[in-house]
Amino acid sequence: MLSKKQARAFFLGGTLVTFLAFIGLTIYSFSDPQDQTNHAAITEQVVRGKDLWESNNCMGCHTILGEGGYYAPELTKVLDRRGPGYVKAVLMSPIPWEPNGRKMVAYGFSEEEAADLIAFFDWIDDIDLNGFDRVVSPLSKDDK
Amino acid sequence: MNRIYSFLGFAEMNLANKLHQLIQFKFKQMKYKSQKVAYWFFAFSMLLLVLQITYGFVMGFARIGLDGLHDFIPFNTARAVHTNLLVVWLLSGFMGAAYYIIPEEAQRELVNVKLAYVQLISLAIVGVTAIVGYHFNWWEGRKFLEIPRQLDYLVVINVLLFLGLILTTLFKGKRKTTTALVLSMGLLFAALLYLPGMLPFDSQVTDSFFRWWVVHLWVEGVWELIMGGILSFLLIKLTGVDREVIEKWLYVIVGLTFLSGVLGTGHHYYYIGVNKIWLVVGGIFSALEPLAFLAMALFAVNMYRKGEKKHPNTLALFWTLGSAIVSFIGAGLLGFAHTLPQTNLYTHGTLVTAMHGHYAFWGAYAMIVLAIISYSLPNLTGRKLYESVRGRAAFWLSNIGMLGMTVAFGVAGVVQVYLERKLKMEFMEVQNEISIHFVVLLLCATLFTTGIVLYIIDFIKHGRPSDEALETIKN
Ligand code: HEM
Ligand code: HEM
Ligand SMILES: [Fe+2]
Repeated sequence: MLSKKQARAFFLGGTLVTFLAFIGLTIYSFSDPQDQTNHAAITEQVVRGKDLWESNNCMGCHTILGEGGYYAPELTKVLDRRGPGYVKAVLMSPIPWEPNGRKMVAYGFSEEEAADLIAFFDWIDDIDLNGFDRVVSPLSKDDK
Repeated sequence: MNRIYSFLGFAEMNLANKLHQLIQFKFKQMKYKSQKVAYWFFAFSMLLLVLQITYGFVMGFARIGLDGLHDFIPFNTARAVHTNLLVVWLLSGFMGAAYYIIPEEAQRELVNVKLAYVQLISLAIVGVTAIVGYHFNWWEGRKFLEIPRQLDYLVVINVLLFLGLILTTLFKGKRKTTTALVLSMGLLFAALLYLPGMLPFDSQVTDSFFRWWVVHLWVEGVWELIMGGILSFLLIKLTGVDREVIEKWLYVIVGLTFLSGVLGTGHHYYYIGVNKIWLVVGGIFSALEPLAFLAMALFAVNMYRKGEKKHPNTLALFWTLGSAIVSFIGAGLLGFAHTLPQTNLYTHGTLVTAMHGHYAFWGAYAMIVLAIISYSLPNLTGRKLYESVRGRAAFWLSNIGMLGMTVAFGVAGVVQVYLERKLKMEFMEVQNEISIHFVVLLLCATLFTTGIVLYIIDFIKHGRPSDEALETIKN
């Protein structure tokens, strides 16, 4: 029968091994050749866009990369789906945008802020998502 | 009818009561004065739980088109408040549990009671500031980690104070039990893992990657240690099974947790823009995660069967066994349902996730906090309301309500996945199709809330903690 000492060794050993493997895989994932995000394309404008994304908690309603609230549409590939003009109109609207009976917060962003967010979406759109992009983007509609 | 009653545990109450009068129960009261501080952490917990539910209703109504509060509490505010209050009331519950358990396990008073109250008050101040800030667009839009960085530092100080008190009590104590060690280790690691969430990144992908080090490694890692520690303490007290046996299995359970849970983090990395290797690693290891929850459920049920002493506090026993079983369903089974990469490709970021999130948090963490409260309250206050019908009804109403909510989220989620991701319908078109399930959700949520209200009435009826409840019979 298993003794308490063996049980403890199982706990400590298993934890150590998986933890080291986890760190190793993390380092591997972020090594340059494995980059799927086009990291070099993150311009200052993209970073400003991300800051706006965060400081307004857009993720509280929308998902991006499949993460966030489930109240409003997924925004990965939103530029493909709607085009930048439409997105800009939504972002700059002074009254709550409400095309289907569900309200968005009226942020009334400036021209420049809207451009920053669009740059952010543009960068997101080019990330290789291991196939998820085809599920959430219109491109998949062309798939037979 | 009688059968149903006894099945639900109503008949046992009288029996337990008589039993209680017959035998002088060995572990009956609070043992150390400083344990009283736990009561106030629990009370704070209950207050936040009520608020959390209120904001849940705000979201539920918004989803059926009743969004009159939009200008003051838009959905993203309600969501951030709902989930953050959840985390804070659970943490406050865990802290209360530690202040109750550690002195008893270490066999000494808490090193400094005044500082424990300071810690509670500062926790409340930081928590309330964050929640109020969310109503004024002061936050960081990072799911579950919305607390602004400035406040994060205060959280860190607060938690350091808490850990200082708990760990010094433990190490100055007469004995260091495995139960106490596992509980404290869980709390310590939880604090350490908060730090990666504070790192700033320019890339959304990296940001998200390390956000999971907090969120995933908390709920599917170190919080399970906390849960395991509390569970083991409760089982020792409630069943009277030998400590050595219980603690041996505790090691096995937390061993399984880390063995599967650490690399299991990969199930959040499938589709966020990192290497495909995570599809394999995350898929395999996260599929093993239910084992830890299965072990927890089998462990609890078996110890209950084995136990010769039946503690009169059957209410605490219900919550304890309930937590072990429901966590297996909510986290283990419902987690497994969408953890394989082939499934997650379609369910990722849909209401299917919300279904799992509710039942997992409820079973594993909400119920274990309610269990330790149900166990310790009579000991802290000296009022043994074991026989309360109200308490029994609270257990069943909240559980049936939450199960109903889970089903409502689940049906909505599966329909959403099918219409949106298979048939490629527009997001909002689909949302209008599934809004009926949110009517069902709100009805079940009402049942759930009734249960919680009854629980809190019971809490209040116990009165305040008192030194008169100190154990008189020394064994
Ligand atoms: C008590 C333990 C658990 C709790 C409290 C919990 C809670 C949650 C929550 C709140 C989310 C949503 C996170 C987000 O999207 O931001 C989530 C996601 C997820 N959980 Fe769990 N979980 C637990 C255990 C498990 C287990 C054991 C498994 C696997 C067997 C699992 C599988 C998943 C998966 C695959 C997702 C991602 C869903 C998606 O792609 O949208 N969970 N969990
Ligand atoms: C009256 C009761 C409740 C109602 C009506 C309710 C409703 C909701 C709604 C509508 C959401 C947002 C989903 C979305 O983004 O669209 C949500 C999120 C969430 N709630 Fe509740 N909730 C209730 C109680 C609870 C309780 C008791 C818990 C924990 C035990 C809980 C845990 C969560 C979690 C973890 C999330 C985030 C889920 C995710 O992102 O996947 N809720 N809730
Ligand atoms: Fe996870």
